[in-house]
Amino acid sequence: MSILVDENTTFIIQGITGREAVNMARECLDYGSKLIGGVTPGRGGREVHGVPVYDTVKAITSQQRVDASVISVPPPAVRDAAFEAIENGIKLLVIVTERIPRLEVAQVIEYANRHGARLIGPNCLGVISPGKTKVGGVGGAAESTRRAYTPGPIGVMSRSGGMTTEISNSLTAAGLGQSTAVSIGGDAIIGSTYAELMPLFEADPETKAVVIYSEPGGPMEAQLARYVKETNSRLPIVAFMAGRFMDEMPGMRFGHAGTIVEGRADTTAEKIARMKDAGISVAEEIAEIPGLVKQRLGLA
Amino acid sequence: MRFYEFEAKAVARKAGIPTSKGGQATTPDEAARIAAEIGGEVVLKSQVLTGGRMKAGGVQFASTPDEARAHAKQILALEINGQKPRGVLVESKQPVKREYYAAVIFDALAKLPVAIFSDMGGIDIEEVAEKYPEHVARVHFSTFQPLQEFKFKELVSSLGISGNELNQASRIVSRLASAFLRYGLTLAEINPLAQLEDGSFIALDSHMDMEDEAREQQKALLEELGIGPEESRQAREPTPFELDVARVDAEDHRGVVRVVEFDGNLGCVIGAGGGSLTIFDALRKYGGRPANYCEIGGNPSVHKAQELTKRILKQPGVEKICVIMNVVSNTRVDIVARGVIKGVIESGRDPAETIAIFRIPGSWEAEGFKILEKYGVEYADRTVPMSEAARRAVEKVAR
Repeated sequence: MSILVDENTTFIIQGITGREAVNMARECLDYGSKLIGGVTPGRGGREVHGVPVYDTVKAITSQQRVDASVISVPPPAVRDAAFEAIENGIKLLVIVTERIPRLEVAQVIEYANRHGARLIGPNCLGVISPGKTKVGGVGGAAESTRRAYTPGPIGVMSRSGGMTTEISNSLTAAGLGQSTAVSIGGDAIIGSTYAELMPLFEADPETKAVVIYSEPGGPMEAQLARYVKETNSRLPIVAFMAGRFMDEMPGMRFGHAGTIVEGRADTTAEKIARMKDAGISVAEEIAEIPGLVKQRLGLA
Repeated sequence: MRFYEFEAKAVARKAGIPTSKGGQATTPDEAARIAAEIGGEVVLKSQVLTGGRMKAGGVQFASTPDEARAHAKQILALEINGQKPRGVLVESKQPVKREYYAAVIFDALAKLPVAIFSDMGGIDIEEVAEKYPEHVARVHFSTFQPLQEFKFKELVSSLGISGNELNQASRIVSRLASAFLRYGLTLAEINPLAQLEDGSFIALDSHMDMEDEAREQQKALLEELGIGPEESRQAREPTPFELDVARVDAEDHRGVVRVVEFDGNLGCVIGAGGGSLTIFDALRKYGGRPANYCEIGGNPSVHKAQELTKRILKQPGVEKICVIMNVVSNTRVDIVARGVIKGVIESGRDPAETIAIFRIPGSWEAEGFKILEKYGVEYADRTVPMSEAARRAVEKVAR
């Protein structure tokens, strides 16, 4: 099993003719993902690596079932592309684009909520259920993705796209495969937080533990800690916290847009304390994660 | 990007929120002239992007233009928390009856804007919320127009405020919310929001933040306020090294690079976003003294990696560089390897000596490792953790 996406998930790429999106299409096809179409207004009728390009989302959803859309268009076009996908009945949106104003992200989420759609991202690399499908650029080229990701019992969620792969790679090296790895996005407001994805992992019988990569800034780690305490979650969680040096530099922007320390509760020290208090194991280094996971699963 | 008080108040006025009569001065004479125009008691406030102005002596009162001139001279020369003031705001002193608090921010969990109102204004709202939660009310509102103004009436009314106060205060919150949405703000705060002796409401101090992502859309407003694109309004001004690298980044659309200068001996070519944070922590944990923070990613060109490397090596005191990233998805290992080596050679240094370690696994790594071998550079693949690579780099330079 897996969450969000599996071998049957059909999806499109909005902005498929862009430089990065063309590569992404190639990688997804090579991985065996069901990429069934792309949309670039004005480029309808063309093909990208054999994938048909349409002018509108409607042109494809009126003919076929589309489960998800990866949105890879320039920042000013993202909001409307997302509305278009939602309006045409697509229930899972993955927004890859970064540098979208918070207000527009909030509008997309509000609209998605009204229509029962879910957003992953923005500023993310997508979702992968190893051995089944990858929806987005996560892991890069198919061959490289297969080296880093293997099927197994660990759910992964990460605010950094690159670190999603680094962490999964370290799990794979230790013989721990992944059920689904989600690059949740590096912005201050994202479609799906750790705590919002936890119930999905909870409901997935294959998932036995969860690993998260976290950063300074924002209330998402505190929300996860609350979730764990309140729901008595069956899943042990191992967290890694990057950017500890930022505690000494409030107001400075390093890394993702969401990392700015705006208040006391945003610091890594505070977040680590809250997570530990909720029973989440916090690794000092990435290399410690597999050992902690095994320990929590009683395998070590 | 934080606005100065005088800018935030200009935004407030555009939204129809009253502020005190006054103006911004950059010289003592100008301050005296504004004080004379206002007539009567004035308050002079240092324009800095930091708190604690009152304590530092950055806020003074004057009853004559001459007194205003003297205070302005003092305030303009006064650094607060290391910041030189942008000027001094001269405003008429108001007869305040009661102080309230109003703000709009984003709630990252509800993913909606939230308006906050309190009848205990003038002090730190976090403190009020902790000690007197019954004096702080919140309401979320939709990001789609039209604004539902009744929500702000409910907000103010929930604190037991009625009559003329209710209508005036909720109208101001409503206007603040509308400015928040219209101008791409991430914080719009009025503290204190004062009720004057005559019953009217006025924004006595205001703090607003605009996110960098919104600057492009808000060009018109920024132009009107006289804020140029070169003003970063970061916690500190960018250094020449940072500006130089920003130019390198802008020259070439392939890939992204950003640096923050530190004062160390180990140059960092590290990436991409989360990877940089992780590596920087590891370098410091092992006693390393990084010369810079860096994010390079998004499949940079040879040229970009090369120019970045040259700029880092030009920094005084940089003995070696480390080149470390997480397992990369779209960045090509061979391109970064080639760029970094070229940069080192063009700086007149030996790659084998200068590159303490190269650890970037991922696409095209075999090609990349071949190049590194040719130049005798120590490299590591994905079996070596990022922290271990950081440790090895730190061992090669003086601590």
